[in-house]
Amino acid sequence: MAKKEPIKNTEDFVEEKEYSILNLGPTHPATHGIFQNVLKMDGEIIHEATPTVGYIHRAFEKLAERRPYAQITTLTDRLNYCSSPINNMGWHMTVEKLIGAKLPKRVEYMRVIVMELSRIADHLICNSVIGVDTGAMTGFLYIFQWREKIYDIFESICGARLTTNMGRIGGFEREWPQKTWDLIDSFLKNYPKGLQEFANLLERNKIFMDRTINCGPISAEMALSYSFTGPNLRAAGVDYDVRVATPYSSYEDFNFTVPIGTSGDTYDRFMVRQEEMYQSMEIIKQAIKNMPKEGGFHADVPDFYLPPKQEVYNNMEALIYHFKIVMGETDVPKGEIYHSVEGGNGELGFYLQSDGGRTPFRLHFRRPCFIYYQAYPEMIKGSMLSDAIITMSSMNVIAGELDA
Amino acid sequence: MSQDLLNKLTESINQNISGAIEKAELPYDFATITIHKEHIHEVLEFLKNDKNWNFHFLTDLTGFQTADEKQLGVVYHLHNMMTNIRVRIKTHFDINKPEIPTATNLWPGANWMERETFDFYGIKFKGHPNLKRILNVDEMDIFPLRKEYPLEDQQREDKDNKMFGR
Amino acid sequence: MSNKPIKRTKLEMAKSPQGIEGPGFFAAKLEDVIGLARANSLWPLPFATSCCGIEFMATMASDYDLARFGSERLSFSPRQADMLMVMGTIAKKMGPILRQVYEQMAEPRWVLSVGACASSGGIFDTYSVLQGIDRIIPVDVYVPGCPPRPEQIIEGLLKIKELAKNESLRRRNSPEYKKLMNSYGIE
Repeated sequence: MAKKEPIKNTEDFVEEKEYSILNLGPTHPATHGIFQNVLKMDGEIIHEATPTVGYIHRAFEKLAERRPYAQITTLTDRLNYCSSPINNMGWHMTVEKLIGAKLPKRVEYMRVIVMELSRIADHLICNSVIGVDTGAMTGFLYIFQWREKIYDIFESICGARLTTNMGRIGGFEREWPQKTWDLIDSFLKNYPKGLQEFANLLERNKIFMDRTINCGPISAEMALSYSFTGPNLRAAGVDYDVRVATPYSSYEDFNFTVPIGTSGDTYDRFMVRQEEMYQSMEIIKQAIKNMPKEGGFHADVPDFYLPPKQEVYNNMEALIYHFKIVMGETDVPKGEIYHSVEGGNGELGFYLQSDGGRTPFRLHFRRPCFIYYQAYPEMIKGSMLSDAIITMSSMNVIAGELDA
Repeated sequence: MSQDLLNKLTESINQNISGAIEKAELPYDFATITIHKEHIHEVLEFLKNDKNWNFHFLTDLTGFQTADEKQLGVVYHLHNMMTNIRVRIKTHFDINKPEIPTATNLWPGANWMERETFDFYGIKFKGHPNLKRILNVDEMDIFPLRKEYPLEDQQREDKDNKMFGR
Repeated sequence: MSNKPIKRTKLEMAKSPQGIEGPGFFAAKLEDVIGLARANSLWPLPFATSCCGIEFMATMASDYDLARFGSERLSFSPRQADMLMVMGTIAKKMGPILRQVYEQMAEPRWVLSVGACASSGGIFDTYSVLQGIDRIIPVDVYVPGCPPRPEQIIEGLLKIKELAKNESLRRRNSPEYKKLMNSYGIE
C-alpha cells in the first residue's frame, strides 16, 4: 500500500499558481455545527484556510457575572453539550474548592461514575461522526442506541437527557434510585458488545484506515505549543491527562491507563477515543465495586446545599437557608481559583475571581475546543478538502464550547 | 505549590529580571505572581525558556477588570507538565491605555486567546499578527465584558423591562 | 441472533382524502391530493447550531427515527427543502445567514423553531443573541424546551405536517401572505 504523505509544501508542484476561493460554511452539512472556513484552494488541495468563529457566541462569561453561583450550573451545561455532566461537576468542584467544602467519598465516587458515563457519551458522538464523514452511516445509527442508554441513566438521576444540570454544590440533589444502578449494571454488561460491533465496522476496515491514517496529523511539539489537551494531545503522543496529573474527585483511587497515539492523525485520535471508552468502563466498574456504603449523597454545607423540603416547612433555620440559597444571597469567601477537569475533549478549566459577593466577579472558562481549533488551518494545509472535513470531525470541535 | 517553591521561583525571577515582581501570593495553593506591566514579556520568556522552571505550556490566557474599574489586567496560567507545577502570572494597567506585548511569539496558541481578550476587554496586544474581533461582529463598538457595559442589548424593544424587573 | 419471532406491527397507509370513488376512478380536490403528497414527504433542512442539534441527531437516529414521518431525506441544500428546522441559539452574527437560507428556499416553505433559544432567545438574554428567530423570518411552529425531547421535536414536525396537509394552494399567492412577507422585508 502506498502511503499517503501529506503535502506540506504546495509550492513544489504548482507551477502557475491560480487559486480559487471556496467558502466552506457556516451552514455546510459537512461541518457539524457552525464553523466557517474560507479556503484558498489549488484544485482540490487546500493552500490556506481562514476560520471564522463566533456564530453562536452567547456571552457566557458576562452572564455568569450576573448569576448566583448555583445558577451558573445551567450555563456550564451548554458549553460542551455532548458531555454536560462533566461541566456541571467541574463547576461544583470549583465552588466547593472556594468555600472549602469536604465531600464524602461516596459522593466523589458517584461523580466519577457520572463523569465517566458522559465521557463515553462524548466520545461516542465524535467517533460515530467520523464514521459518517467517511461515508459509514451505519456506525452512527448503531451507536446512537447506546447513547440513548446513557441518556436513560442520566434521566433516572436528574430527569434531563442532554443538558442535565445535574447535582448541586456539595453533592447530588437526591439519592440515586435503584433503577439507576440497575441501568448502569445493564449498560456495563451489554455495552462492550455494542462497542465491539462498532469497532468491527471501522477499526480494521481497509477503507476507513486508508482514509484516516496520515490525515490531518500534528506533532507533539506543535500540539503542545498550540495548547492542545485531551484526546487530541494524547493522540499526538503526550500522556497528559488532568485526571492523573492533578487528580480531583478521588481519581487517584482508580486504576486506569491513559492511552496515547503516535502520529496525532485522525486514526490515532479515533483509536485513543475508542480505548478511552474501555478505560472509562473500567473506572465505573471500580467505582461501583469500591463504593462506600456510608456517606450519603451530599456534603454538610448548609449555606449552599438546599435543606430537605420537610424541614423547610417545619424548621425556622432550614427555611432561612432555603430562602437565602434560592435568592442567591449567600456570601462566599474572597479568592481566586483555577480548577480544571478532564472534559470530553480536553482540560476544561474554570478561572474564578470572587469578590465575596453573590455572583462571581469574573469567571472565565478555559474551553479546550476554542484553544485547539486555532491549529486547524495549520493541520489541513496541503491536504485534500475531504481530508479537512474528517480532520475537523475527529478533533471533536463543539460549537457551543468554541464560541462560549 | 508550596511556599518554599514560590519563594524559589520569585527569587529566580528577581535574579534575572530585577524589579519585575509586584506581588507574590499563594491563594488556594496556586502560585500567583503579579508582574509590572513593563516586564511582562521578559518574565514570560524567562519562565518558558529557563531550564529549571520551563513552563512550556500556556494553559490559559484571559483578561479581567480590577474592582475599582480603573484598570484592566491580563492573567496567564502556565504549566510545566514534567514537574506538574502550575503558576499564574498577572499584570494590570490603566484602562485608558490598554497595551501589552503579545505572547504569540512564545506560544502560537496564544493567538486566539489574545484575540478573545481583545474582543472582550479591548486590550491591545502589541505585535499580534492578526488582532481583530473573534467572537463578536466586527462592527461592534463596545468591549462587552467591561463592567460599564450592560449585559442586555440596549437597542431591542421586544421585551418590556417592567416584566423583567429591570 | 435471538430466535424470537419478529413482532410485526400493522402498517397504516396515509389516509386518502375525501372524494368520489367509483370503478376505476377516484375524484378528489387537487388541493387535497397535493396536500397529501406534501405532508408525507417533507424534506427538512436541519439548521442545527447547538445543543438542540444533538437532540435532533437523536431524533434522526434509530431510537426515534424521524424517517417514519416521511422525512428520511435531509436536504442540506435550501433549494430542495420544504421545511427549515432551526435548532439552537441564533446569534446576531448568524442572523443574516439564517435569513439568506430562508430566502433561498422555494415556496411552499415551513419553518419549525426548535428550542427556547430559537424561539425566544431562551436564557441568553445577552448582547450577542438574537431574541427569537421570528425577529427575522416568519415561524410556523414553535417547540419549547431547552432542549426539547425527541418526542417533542416529532410533535412539532407532525404539526407542520398538519399545516402542509390543509394548506390552500392559493395561500402563498394571497395578499395576506404577501403582507406577512413584506413585514419581514422579504420580497
